[in-house]
Amino acid sequence: MKLINKTTIGWLVVAIAGFLLLQLAVTTGIISAYYEITLVTILINIILAVGLNLIIGFSGQFSLGHAGFMAIGAYTAGIITKYFPTYTGLFLGILAGVILTSIVALIVGIPTLRLKGDYLAIATLGVAEIIRIVIVNMQSVTNGAAGLSGIPYLSKWPLIYVFTVLTILLVANYTQSSPGRATIAIREDEIAAESMGVNTTKYKTIAFILGAATAAIGGALHASYFSVIRPGDFTFNKSVDVLIIVVFGGIGSITGSVVAAILLGFLNVFLQPFGALRMIIYALALIGIMIFKPSGLLGNKEFTVSGLLRLFNRKSAQGEG
Amino acid sequence: MSLLEVKKLTKNFGGLSAISNVHLELKENELVGLIGPNGAGKTTLFNLLTGVYQPTEGTIEIETNGQKESVIGKKTYTITDMGFGRTFQNIRLFINLTVLDHVLIAMHSKSKIGTLKSVLRLPSYYASEAKMKKEAVELLKLFSLENKQEELAKNLPYGEQRRLEIVRALATKPKVLFLDEPAAGMNPQETADLTDLIRQIQKDFKITILLIEHDMSLVMNVCERIYVLEYGRMIAHGTPEEIKGNKQVIKAYLGGE
Repeated sequence: MKLINKTTIGWLVVAIAGFLLLQLAVTTGIISAYYEITLVTILINIILAVGLNLIIGFSGQFSLGHAGFMAIGAYTAGIITKYFPTYTGLFLGILAGVILTSIVALIVGIPTLRLKGDYLAIATLGVAEIIRIVIVNMQSVTNGAAGLSGIPYLSKWPLIYVFTVLTILLVANYTQSSPGRATIAIREDEIAAESMGVNTTKYKTIAFILGAATAAIGGALHASYFSVIRPGDFTFNKSVDVLIIVVFGGIGSITGSVVAAILLGFLNVFLQPFGALRMIIYALALIGIMIFKPSGLLGNKEFTVSGLLRLFNRKSAQGEG
Repeated sequence: MSLLEVKKLTKNFGGLSAISNVHLELKENELVGLIGPNGAGKTTLFNLLTGVYQPTEGTIEIETNGQKESVIGKKTYTITDMGFGRTFQNIRLFINLTVLDHVLIAMHSKSKIGTLKSVLRLPSYYASEAKMKKEAVELLKLFSLENKQEELAKNLPYGEQRRLEIVRALATKPKVLFLDEPAAGMNPQETADLTDLIRQIQKDFKITILLIEHDMSLVMNVCERIYVLEYGRMIAHGTPEEIKGNKQVIKAYLGGE
């Protein structure tokens, strides 16, 4: 198989078209400075949700610790860019955040991934809380509960867009490869997977680490866009926010996570004028989807360029016939 | 020389002795049956052999490159790597995955495709992926499942689900294949097809097969030797003819004084 084929070109076109569309909207003023925050929030939510989907949807491990990993990424990048307020500093910060988060995920993952279902959820929730409390108490490094402020504003939305695309690419490449298939087999039937020679502990841990690493990327970009981070940004609620996106879009669908992050982002904006009613309508929307489509918007289906090409070919074949 | 040697194998669950003092020996390219009344411990024995349970006592050794290697204390996936493939009594397929995926997953551990190579899509990734797919399709062809590659496992008819389980186990390239009641729930025609299939596997793949089965027509037809378990003890062992005439076996199945 060649590296440059129809599918890769197709995806490249999709990514570039998305970028140009957003660029156009920003330059013409459709996306104002205010809506740019929404755009960035959506992009970061996509990064977080796609990473969490890898853990929940593909390896089948129920983690509620995403905010904790995001916090490590945010604080690491925030502190490093404060000392090196350049792009090199930002990339170093993201890299350091990813490495640090991966190490924490490895240490946490090996014992906790032996647990299943609710027990794992509680354990990862505990880990996220521990991370947050450590940050609150490391006064000299993290400025405690008051949070870090004055983080250089380096990640403009095009940079975040690039990272979003890279994250999706990373997760999609993983899930559609041999190790990824082994990971999905664990979700489907752990005993059968192990009997087929899949080292279940290893692949659960790899998926957990990759998911945590993407959370760190999301956190780092969040810190360097919003300039201010507080431990209060990374509570249990944040993990649940991301979880909602994953469940809403469809557990096990990367496309679903992207679509859900965008839809819920829009919903949030349109509901701004409703004030207190906002949370009620938001909740109703979620209840609605759980009643009418319990598997989420897309179930476990994916949008693929090769699928699209097939569809076109079929249509043109019908036209000729 | 024996390929698999089990000696004095015992497994206690609390006070209950599910398997006690069992001896078993499998030679290369043999087709051996394991029968016994319900609850005799047949599946427990399989679970001990594949590392799902750890034995209380006894040894399980497999012959690799002229050396005897113990499988006790090893993880199931390592044991699979050493050459034990299995199917399950209650079908355990990856129901939301395609037929082709099943075979590819089973081939994964021997493929040595690393995570980094896959994520970065290095050129060698495409080569090994293509090679794997080709091998997988060839295997599916042998079992006339190649037209159903893209079908989800849950949409397959029952007989084909059973067949897919066998194909998946074979994709791990086993030396010994454990089949746990492959004919359960099959009609006589399907059972007859399965009989041919098992013979064909033994012939084409040159592997040893240990078969648990309740369907006596199947067992008596294909097996060269038969072991009989009752209440965790091996009560008889011999050729189908010997087993048919064995008083203890008849007593175990039909009761008696």
